[in-house]
Amino acid sequence: MLLALSIAMFALGLLGVIIRRNLLVMLMCMELMLNAVNLSLVTFAQQTGTAAGAVLVFLIFVVAAAEIAVAIPIVLLLVRQKRTLAADAYTDLKG
Amino acid sequence: MIETMLRNLDTLLLYVFALSALVGAALMLVLRHPMQVAMALISTMVFLGGIYGLLGVHFIAAFQVLIYVGAVMVFMVYVIMLLDVRDPSFTHRFSTLLIPAVLGGALLVELIGYAVWFGKTAPAAATVSFNLQQFSVAFLSDYWLHFELTSVLLLAAVVAAIAVIKAGKKHHG
Repeated sequence: MLLALSIAMFALGLLGVIIRRNLLVMLMCMELMLNAVNLSLVTFAQQTGTAAGAVLVFLIFVVAAAEIAVAIPIVLLLVRQKRTLAADAYTDLKG
Repeated sequence: MIETMLRNLDTLLLYVFALSALVGAALMLVLRHPMQVAMALISTMVFLGGIYGLLGVHFIAAFQVLIYVGAVMVFMVYVIMLLDVRDPSFTHRFSTLLIPAVLGGALLVELIGYAVWFGKTAPAAATVSFNLQQFSVAFLSDYWLHFELTSVLLLAAVVAAIAVIKAGKKHHG
């Protein structure tokens, strides 16, 4: 049951990253994907009775904090350039 | 009636929390304002913390609430309040990729679900009580390299954040 919840939440997060236009909403959907992966890791750790899953969950906490600490200043700089949060205003960033 | 409910309270709560987390995640896709989306995400994270608590990994539940809700989402809410810009992404929520993305998402769910359901499942060691001491010893002896690597990652993130701010300042004078 929890694995199904994890799959559903991951898919919803991925869908949110693709279909929403707001940069901050896209970042939050990425956080949702990380949470879904955490849930699956905890479930697997419970099933197998090993500590590796819980260790990995802790590492993901750190990675999520680092990711948001780098992503938010980038969004702030982007918004300072164009005064908009819509992702399709930044298509000129395409290499 | 009430006695059986109390006996199965854990299972009942687990289902309630799981359903609430799923509803919160679904609301994130349809709500309009980023602040509403942030509130939906916070509720999802808190319900996930409840699920972890019911599973017996209390310290992960505590860190879920402390780090995700207490640090990451508070940061996010601050930024949403800071950037009070009104733009088309508030009225037109979805990009042009809506229909292909929904189709692709359905395919992804089907694929992962198939792989999980019919794949090789681990032998379910029924209700292994999680041992904090075992975890701590494993964390700092078997996985010490990963622990050190995350500290390097945090240092790199700090340097990167400062570099991004400096680049923005130089650009704007």
